[in-house]
Amino acid sequence: MTATTTPFRSGVQVGRDGFGQLLRAEWTKFRTVRGWVIGLVAAALVTVLIGLFGAAASNISCSGPDGGPCAGMTPPMGPGGVPVHDNFSFAHRSLTGDGSITARMTSLTAVSSSDGQNPVSGLQPWTKAGIIIKESTTPGSQYAALAVTGENGVRMQHNYTGDIAGTLFTRPSWLRLTRSGDTIAGHESADGANWHLVGTVTLPGLPSTVRAGMFAASPQHEVITESFAGASGRSYPTRATAEFDRISLQGGWPDDTWTGEDIGGGPGGDDIGFQESGDGVTVSGSGNIAPIVAGRGGLGTTVESGLVGAFAGLIAIIVVASTFMTSEYRRGLIRTSLSASPRRGRVLAAKAVVLWSVTFVTGLVAASVAVPLARAVQRDKGHFMFTVPTATELRVVIGTAALLAVAAVFSLAVGTVLRRSAGAVSVVIVVMVLPYILAIASVLPSGPSDWLLRVTPAAAFAVQQSLPEYAQVTAAYAPADGYFPLSPSAGFAVLCGYTALALGVATLALRRRDA
Amino acid sequence: MLPSLLAMEATIQVTGLRKRFGSTVALDGMTFTVAPGKVTGFVGPNGAGKSTTMRAILGLDSVEAGQALVGGRPYRSLRHPLRQVGSLLDASALQPSRTGRNHLLWLAHSQGLGARRVDEVVEQVGLASAIRRRAGGYSLGMRQRLGIASALLGDPPVLVLDEPVNGMDPEGIRWMRGFLRSLAAEGRAVLVSSHLMSELQDTADHVVIVGRGKVIADVGVSELIESASGDRVTLRTSARTQAVTVLAGAGATVAVTGADTLTVTGLSGERVVALLGGSAVPFSEVSAHRASLEEAYMELTRDAVEYHAAEIQESAR
Repeated sequence: MTATTTPFRSGVQVGRDGFGQLLRAEWTKFRTVRGWVIGLVAAALVTVLIGLFGAAASNISCSGPDGGPCAGMTPPMGPGGVPVHDNFSFAHRSLTGDGSITARMTSLTAVSSSDGQNPVSGLQPWTKAGIIIKESTTPGSQYAALAVTGENGVRMQHNYTGDIAGTLFTRPSWLRLTRSGDTIAGHESADGANWHLVGTVTLPGLPSTVRAGMFAASPQHEVITESFAGASGRSYPTRATAEFDRISLQGGWPDDTWTGEDIGGGPGGDDIGFQESGDGVTVSGSGNIAPIVAGRGGLGTTVESGLVGAFAGLIAIIVVASTFMTSEYRRGLIRTSLSASPRRGRVLAAKAVVLWSVTFVTGLVAASVAVPLARAVQRDKGHFMFTVPTATELRVVIGTAALLAVAAVFSLAVGTVLRRSAGAVSVVIVVMVLPYILAIASVLPSGPSDWLLRVTPAAAFAVQQSLPEYAQVTAAYAPADGYFPLSPSAGFAVLCGYTALALGVATLALRRRDA
Repeated sequence: MLPSLLAMEATIQVTGLRKRFGSTVALDGMTFTVAPGKVTGFVGPNGAGKSTTMRAILGLDSVEAGQALVGGRPYRSLRHPLRQVGSLLDASALQPSRTGRNHLLWLAHSQGLGARRVDEVVEQVGLASAIRRRAGGYSLGMRQRLGIASALLGDPPVLVLDEPVNGMDPEGIRWMRGFLRSLAAEGRAVLVSSHLMSELQDTADHVVIVGRGKVIADVGVSELIESASGDRVTLRTSARTQAVTVLAGAGATVAVTGADTLTVTGLSGERVVALLGGSAVPFSEVSAHRASLEEAYMELTRDAVEYHAAEIQESAR
């Protein structure tokens, strides 16, 4: 044998072998296919445009008496800019400095009418009447109230969103509010002798002279009929009547008499629901002292209303993300990829990181543009804003970006398992986009909708819910109203769980299959 | 003799590979070695297991038994595999909307290489004018050149190329032959598959002939042609019948291969000339028969492959 062959020496220098190189390779792959880049831009555009279109298409065409704005368009704003209901009958006096008011409620009744003709008696769960200390008689001003409710016992409520449960469910109920500076304490008692502290609340910056007295309010009776065609809601006014006696005032009460007033402008204003007889006072009124709940048909605008287009952006991202893998199978390029990196799990991981990053940035840009744009349009249209803390708004925007990014990784994993783009895109749309649309667009009743938004990856859309549910306000709180059955983090975790599972299956499949 | 570690780097060792696709046996104990400094042809009919073997070498397909080592190591254990083994399995495996240059660029990045190396290999395969165009518009010949460029990116000591001249025009085929020879001359081990033996005529130094998932012949090209030629003589004569009578009488096997040509087996050229001259049979030409690589291959794969394999390995010894 002639051994004339000189051993070959490669002229290429050896560098380090790192995951970074793989990331760089996958990033190069991604950015060099124009269709994918266009797909991402399209995802951002449809998200913003649908958000804008939704805002521009909503028209308020109603006018109140004498061409004024219609009721509900400019609700009072409570502390922190929260839009609130502040309608009730109030028998009040001035209280200067510290002091207390004690009263015994002997009865609470209410009537409602479903046809405007025949009154039906019956308390609403959150019919409430009791004693209240309020900054002023201006709707939206600060207050603390101790109330007997229709079905929820004694409650200490303040500044519209605060609600502390008492223990008393029997009547007569003794109630006492004590002011000491900015602090107001509420006590309940069944006999006027043994008192129990319900709660202590702080009303920051409460002026020295405030209004205090007895109040009554009863929210509208809501009847929501749900079917597969959608939901229709009707509401009927109700009116509560509360009788008080044994009223005792301590501290600085300069007025001699009670003044009856309908706070927030009652429906008619024909009769102020206030009567005095001996040492007893009867107050009757409609309305509610509570935060306004967003929902179908409401005139208010939430942060997330600018993000209604996210589902369309999601569809574009699902297509891009699945194709990022399935096109390699279609072209046979997967063999090139796996011969360049025989450690197959790392190829999938690099693809996932690249996809996550590009879709997160895309989603963040889209959401950061869509939210303020839609808000500006809606403000022009005369909608009022459901103001939320900045942290909540950030969570909605960043959460939407994260939702899109994780959904992209989910699509990648499904694409790896199925190896066909049509199949992968259909699967992800069916498990994620379809449930969201069915639930949000009032196609399904709220029961099945809630269920879908718990068990499917669409649960992650909960990151977009900016407003909390209020236990003390009766409302549908359905997905169609923007209320999700899971908390933002729990909903997002559902999507992450599905994604982790799909990635696991995809890694196994990629490792075991012949390429 | 144990091969030195350096020589090990530029080798492929395939030992006893077995693989089945359902009830079809794809690889049935495939065993061969590819040596450095040579172009080794990997030949067999379609379905003989060539591509499956190459995928097994590259760690893409799993096997039920046996192993394939590149430079003494399994492919899947290589850290920067493209610096050890350059491969071209399917020149059409490209994202059509990506340019040729960007295709090479991502591959280079995956191995820690930069754009400069990309430009070098593009120059090497003569694709500079088209490299910034979308790969979807490339002809098959251009794709083959791009595939060769990607195989060369890591300047590897071992090359595995599946049908690299498929679809090339004659000029491209000539280029590829010279190119492969020059790569081998640099000391690389070059494994080139083809289902057409003729494609390897002036390229391969050595051939591994396979059929039904195993090696039929593993032989140097010159030995193969010698053995296929045998001691046959081609005779051109106007007196065909007389010539047959004379030569058959001397113990030769004579086959009529044309209107005035005969192929004589069992007698040397000199003996044929002497016999015909002694019997006054006219002839215009006597020549030793030299088989083409294609002929040799056809003879091997004609019918009972196992029988022929035994025979050829006997004679090659």
